[in-house]
Parts: sequence; structure tokens; C-alpha cells
Amino acid sequence: MKKELKIPQIKDGTVIDHITPGNAVKVLRILRIPRGNSSVISVAINVKSHLGKKDIVKVENRELDPHEVDKIALIAPKATINIIRNYEVAEKHRVKLPNEITGIVTCSNPTCVSNANEPVKSRFRVINGDPPRIKCYYCEREPDDISERII
Amino acid sequence: MEFKGKDIISIKDFSKKEINYLLNYSKKMIPYAKGIKFKNILNGKVLSSLFFEPSTRTRLSFESSMNRLGGKVVGFSDPSGTSQKKGESLADTIRMADSYSDAIVIRHPHEGAARLAAEFAEVPVLNAGDGAGRHPTQCLLDLFTILSEKKRIEKNKVVLLGDLKYGRTVHSLAYALSLYNVDLVFVSPASLKMPKEVIDECKELGVEPTQTSNLEKAIRDADVLYVTRIQRERFPDAEEYNRVVGTYRVDNDLLKSGKENLIVMHPLPRVSEINPEVDKTPHAVYFKQAFNGVPVRMALLSLVLGGEL
Repeated sequence: MKKELKIPQIKDGTVIDHITPGNAVKVLRILRIPRGNSSVISVAINVKSHLGKKDIVKVENRELDPHEVDKIALIAPKATINIIRNYEVAEKHRVKLPNEITGIVTCSNPTCVSNANEPVKSRFRVINGDPPRIKCYYCEREPDDISERII
Repeated sequence: MEFKGKDIISIKDFSKKEINYLLNYSKKMIPYAKGIKFKNILNGKVLSSLFFEPSTRTRLSFESSMNRLGGKVVGFSDPSGTSQKKGESLADTIRMADSYSDAIVIRHPHEGAARLAAEFAEVPVLNAGDGAGRHPTQCLLDLFTILSEKKRIEKNKVVLLGDLKYGRTVHSLAYALSLYNVDLVFVSPASLKMPKEVIDECKELGVEPTQTSNLEKAIRDADVLYVTRIQRERFPDAEEYNRVVGTYRVDNDLLKSGKENLIVMHPLPRVSEINPEVDKTPHAVYFKQAFNGVPVRMALLSLVLGGEL
């Protein structure tokens, strides 16, 4: 496998692997990365793997909190989070959607109160993990184009 | 059963047991709703009545309910005279009403507005209709009407007719009736069919609704015919509206094919979907249904404000 690496191994940091192909940039948006730090971030899109194509994100010198990263399961339900220490995988975690998602996705209902000028963040209850299904806490609408609705 | 302080946002927030309790308690309110008996159990309580959209029955029956129980009502039926006009958020308007009253009833054009209001208010919030979304008190009074007229909700065959796509009352009602394991039939023009998610909810509760366009056949062995208005504002083109609006019309001729004790319900206002000749027949219960809004809303106000009979 090492011969096929498109982006180099990292010494310390976080690797988000098995991202649904084409969604790496959205994953970065959900995680608000980069966010005023100097971490080197590598992104590989449509990488071939034994399970088909995938995207990979590598964040150097920064260990992301796996639970913080869980919300990317919205668009990459099969992703794994690998914490790398001295080139070794020190921790591995498969993403799992939390019960509620706030401030990440806009409601698909144009007349939902969460899309009006009110001091609230969008809020969804998770009704299924994989494939992800969410329902608006306010209007109960279920968006069918989640990845297009990432804020 | 504890209702004090509870928000009434969606019928889905209630268990069947809670709904049954509410319906039984509503029955006790009838003589008070008719002004035959008097009890000022809400004396000293103030209700904020915030109607950002037009309403006749819902607003009047809420206000009548509060007054009948000795409470007072403040509020508006037209937001143009309020700070909303100056761009105030709903959240801020709710914060004000929260500090001026003991409960808030709200009708608003945005779906989810009542849920939002409940987040910002300490006092109980009662949803009187949020856009094309929920209208739980209408649903409760519909159930109450079926119970009053048929002596039970279970085992009835209920036909929902008309605009099943946009009509907010039919979505909640289909869900609530499924809790009672009724036989559900949906009759609508092809362009106004019941949304799939509502049908799925019925199925999750063990009810398999039938969909048909043949009204005459559907009402043949039905116990309840629930008619809704086709909403003109949903159609961009007047010609298309006129074509759809005339698809179904309930008249005495049609009702001859139904059972003698078939009841016809309608959340009102009606336009032309029920011929006024039906009003004089024993089938017509829609005006009783509108009255039932008072005992049901009296029951709700009394319970959430903690002033029980």
C-alpha cells in the first residue's frame, strides 16, 4: 500500500480516512479547518483503495477530538479518524453521528423559522446514521440533499 | 398526568394516554364552554394571543376559552401594529409576551415558529398553527368530535378528502388517527396527494392507508368523511385551480351512497367543497366541530396553567 500513497505519511496529527469520494473539502468546512493555525493540511480526492475510491485528509501536528469529528458522518458515514503519533496509529475511531446536529446544515424548507432572521442555529435530530437521515427540530422537514446544505 | 407548564407544539409530543386524558377532560368542559356553568379557575391569569396570520375560529375560541375560565387575554390579530413591523425578531417578541403573561398562544407563517417560541419563553406556548406545519389543537378537537359523535375513535373508517398535500390539519390527523388503529382512506386530486412521509408515519404505527380517487366508492362504508379546502394560493394559475377545485364536491346526492350515520367534518373555512344543502342534514357536524374548539382549548389552557376543575 505504501507505494500507492499520494500524500506523504505524517509524523504526528490526525488522518481522516475513507471519506466519501468528493467530500473532503466539505469535511474541512464542517470541521472549520484551517482555522487560524499553522497545521499543514493535505487533501487527497478520489484515491483508489481496495474498497473503491475515497478521499483522505491529513492534519499535521494536531490531534482532533474524535467526538468533535463525529459530525462529518453526515456526509462521510464510513470515515475513520486516526490519531498518529510518531508515524504510528495511536488511536482509531469510526465516525458516529451524534443524536443532534446544530449549526452545520441549513433546513431545506424555505419557510422554516430556522431560515428566518432569528437568533437560533439550525438544529436537526438524527434519525438514521448510515445512510444519514436528519429531521429539522423546528419544522420536522427531512432534507434529502444534506451534502448540498452544509453551511 | 402532569400538564402544568407543558408546551403544546405538535400532536406528536403526546402519547395516546395523554390524548385520551385531554379528550376526557375536554368533555367535562362542555357546560362551561356553553356558559351553562361557571368557574373562574384561571382568575388572575393572562394569556398572550399572538396571531401573525389571519384566523377566525382558532383565535376566537382560544380567547373565548380564556375568558370563560375567568382569565384575561392580551395580544394582537394583526402584526402590522407591532414591533415586528420595525423588524423585531420573533424571539424578542416572545421574550416580551413571556414577561407580560402566563401562557402564549401563537399562529405564525413560518413552520417551526411555535417550537422556537417555546425555546425563548418560560411560560407554556400553545401552537395555533405554524405555516403549513402543525396545528395540534385542531387535531385534538377533530379527535374530540369523532369521539363525541361516534362514542369511540377506534375501528372507524375515516376518509380524508381534498388538499392532502398542503393541508396542515390532515397530516396531524392522519398521524393521530393511526394511534387509534382506524381504517384510513385518502382521496385527493392527483396533484394534491398525501405526502409519502405522512403515509410512512401511519405505516410505522401499524395503519396501511388506502389511496384512491373514487370518492363515491370510498364513502360507501365510511364512518367519517373529513373534507378540506383546496387552497387557491397554492396554484400559480387560476385555470389549474378551477380545474382541481371542482374535482370533488360533497352534496346530498353523493351522501346517499354513504351510510346513514356517516358524519361529515371540515376544519373550515369552506369554499365550495361542501354544498350548503348538506348543512341541514344529520351528516353535517362541522359547526359542532368548530364549537368543540372551545371545550378542547379550555381543557388545554386549564391544564397547562394548572387551574383544573
